[in-house]
Amino acid sequence: MFSLVQKRRWFYLFSSALIVPGLIIMAISLFTTGSLFHLSNQFVGGSQYELKFTAAGATEANIGDVFRNSGNTDLSIQQVGSPSDFHWTVRANFQDQATQDAIIADLNKIAPLDKSSLQIEQVSATVGQEVTKAAFFAVILASFVVTGFIVLAFRQVPNAFRYGVCAIIAMFHDVLVVAGAMSLMGLLFHWEVDALFLTATMMVVGFSVQDTIVLFDRIRENIPKHLGEPYEVIVNRSILETIHRSLAIQLNVFFIIIAILLFGGESIKQFIFILFIGLLTGTYSSIFIAVPLLVSWEKGEIPFVNRRRPAALKPSEA
Amino acid sequence: MNGTNLRWLILVILITIFSIWVILPATQGIHIDSDNDGKPDINLNVKQQLGLDLVGGLRVLLTAQLPEGSFTVSDMQQTANNVAKRVNALGVTEPTVQVVGANRILVELPGVTDEQQAISTIQQTALLEFVDFSGMSSQISSLTGKKILTDYQVKNQPGANAAGDHAVNPTTGQPFTTVITGKDLQSAAAQLQTNNQWVIAFQLTSEGGAIFGPFTAAHIGQPLAIVLDGTVLSAPTINSRLDTGGVIQGQFTQQTANQLALQLRSGALPIPLKVDSAESVGATLGQQSVNLSIRAGILGVVVVLMFMLIYYRVPGIAADLALLIFIAINMAVFKIIPVTLTLPAIIGFMISIGTAVDGNILIFERIKEELRSGSNLDVAIDEGFKRAWKSIRDSNFSTILISFVLFLFGQTPGASIVAGFAITLALGLIINLFTAVIVTRTFLHLMVGLFRQPLKERVWLLGV
Repeated sequence: MFSLVQKRRWFYLFSSALIVPGLIIMAISLFTTGSLFHLSNQFVGGSQYELKFTAAGATEANIGDVFRNSGNTDLSIQQVGSPSDFHWTVRANFQDQATQDAIIADLNKIAPLDKSSLQIEQVSATVGQEVTKAAFFAVILASFVVTGFIVLAFRQVPNAFRYGVCAIIAMFHDVLVVAGAMSLMGLLFHWEVDALFLTATMMVVGFSVQDTIVLFDRIRENIPKHLGEPYEVIVNRSILETIHRSLAIQLNVFFIIIAILLFGGESIKQFIFILFIGLLTGTYSSIFIAVPLLVSWEKGEIPFVNRRRPAALKPSEA
Repeated sequence: MNGTNLRWLILVILITIFSIWVILPATQGIHIDSDNDGKPDINLNVKQQLGLDLVGGLRVLLTAQLPEGSFTVSDMQQTANNVAKRVNALGVTEPTVQVVGANRILVELPGVTDEQQAISTIQQTALLEFVDFSGMSSQISSLTGKKILTDYQVKNQPGANAAGDHAVNPTTGQPFTTVITGKDLQSAAAQLQTNNQWVIAFQLTSEGGAIFGPFTAAHIGQPLAIVLDGTVLSAPTINSRLDTGGVIQGQFTQQTANQLALQLRSGALPIPLKVDSAESVGATLGQQSVNLSIRAGILGVVVVLMFMLIYYRVPGIAADLALLIFIAINMAVFKIIPVTLTLPAIIGFMISIGTAVDGNILIFERIKEELRSGSNLDVAIDEGFKRAWKSIRDSNFSTILISFVLFLFGQTPGASIVAGFAITLALGLIINLFTAVIVTRTFLHLMVGLFRQPLKERVWLLGV
């Protein structure tokens, strides 16, 4: 029988290769900008303009001048799509209505603006702080929900603690992969962490834990059915038995997500992309991280937690 | 096919027909008035609400610029009412004005194109005038609550003239004369006097007093109208010369006194509102987003339908029917509740479509396992549904909990887009418990009943 868990060290290595670069980028970002990600104005306050001109004439320089003349210091100006779309995204300070009106009037002098495609978002610092506070609250509440769910799912199982810890490690693995992907996109394309990113991450956490639990359920079911078989073999069998349905389920969500990613609107692509990455890593981590970790634990390969024989110090994921 | 299944089949068909009827664009609601008394016994409006990001428009979050505690909840409500009046004057269809938390007002104006005008109209403070009503004692009752035109309005509000429903002074045929305005008031408060009468005590600024003192001295015994935004609120009689302030007497209850005091204040010192966040979306942009996401959604659904059919064959047909019914019920529920569809809400719905077949996959994989281990067809189907139920329930339940957390997060005004996503996702998961299990089982039993022999001979039709 083909054995997935035998190759577990390669999977640990592969995951490290996925996670470590993201951590490095986040660390760099923390030291240079003071936060792990580019934070959207939903969290920090500010304004965002989606500008569409109907003719050529706008450049980064002359758009910037308009905003700087109105006293905006913290500017980020980007062209969206192809140059012939004349589509720009500008982030600036929070402004009052009069300033905003003046800016629009001045921009209209550079090149005619398509007013019906204009999108402006103004968020004051106060609202930003509230959203940040609510976000922390939501993350803490979600952690309780997920932990509660895991405790409930494993309450009557031998070694429940072990299963729970492995499921949680797989979940953190997915969060780190998603966060790393976000920081990379932030570095490359100035993607910003907003409320929808947080939403996507929580969805990923939910899916990841579910996926792991289904797999662990099958392992538990198979242990009494195949008494005498080595743990590794039972685990392998369980993976092969559930992989069909795991893949079939993920495929259907992927069909929808890929359709939105390819044909959906511009404004939600970041959200969908993060969800896409998250679902990929969620499926991967259940099979290639959570279950191998169980085997490593069973075989005493994890330092400090083994009771049966001295820990053979092998690289492990945490 | 047994009787239980037949009953389920009829129920499923009825629900489906009802849902499709609700979705039809022409369906506006159910209004049944059996006794023809003008009060419908059943009054259910169904209309799909579209969010601002889809129809375009303006969303403004206004915050009171006074320290918290210096005004009451009803002050805030009154301010919101004033804002709503102004918004209605803009002629916006279906505007939303609501008090959020202790000191905020959320205004949503779908389809507004001139946001500059909209915001300045909202922020503009109420106009309070004290108007000379000399010689009008007999007409006070007929003018109270009516709109009148004053010389102040003519001078300061371009467009104000006698045309329309604004009454002019009947004796002169000219606009009424404004004595002072809210700008001349320093404060106003309801007070309970020793004779148990509620009155409103007000203080004038020095400029106000310089005008009001001589005027009141010359008009003792004459009525003076208090006019807010052109509407006569009341017209008490002047009893003495008032240089620094005075007391308005009338048949006030505590509530009406407080209300008038607030209206006086909001002319003099309204709860000033500042824009805390504003979002404006061009109409074209919204329409494009709708079109793109609907196109993406249809494509995604078609692929899922094909996948289920190819991978699971006959059970796949049952799952596909269940998925289509799932979509129909969801869309009907969005119209009935109603759920305001925003872009994130549509995405939440689509993701729920993607996960809707999860349950079917769990069930069908179990059925295949049972068939492979030698169970006969009926036993395999029953066991499949029985064994998969726990997994389906658990996974839907955990995602529903996560969407509940997201919904709470979305209650923060700055993160409201998340709430739309959470609602449609959670609704989808709940409806899915019905369609993935009951509807699929009903159709599967129906098909097995009709084609028992061919299915037994050709197990590949069951995806085995």
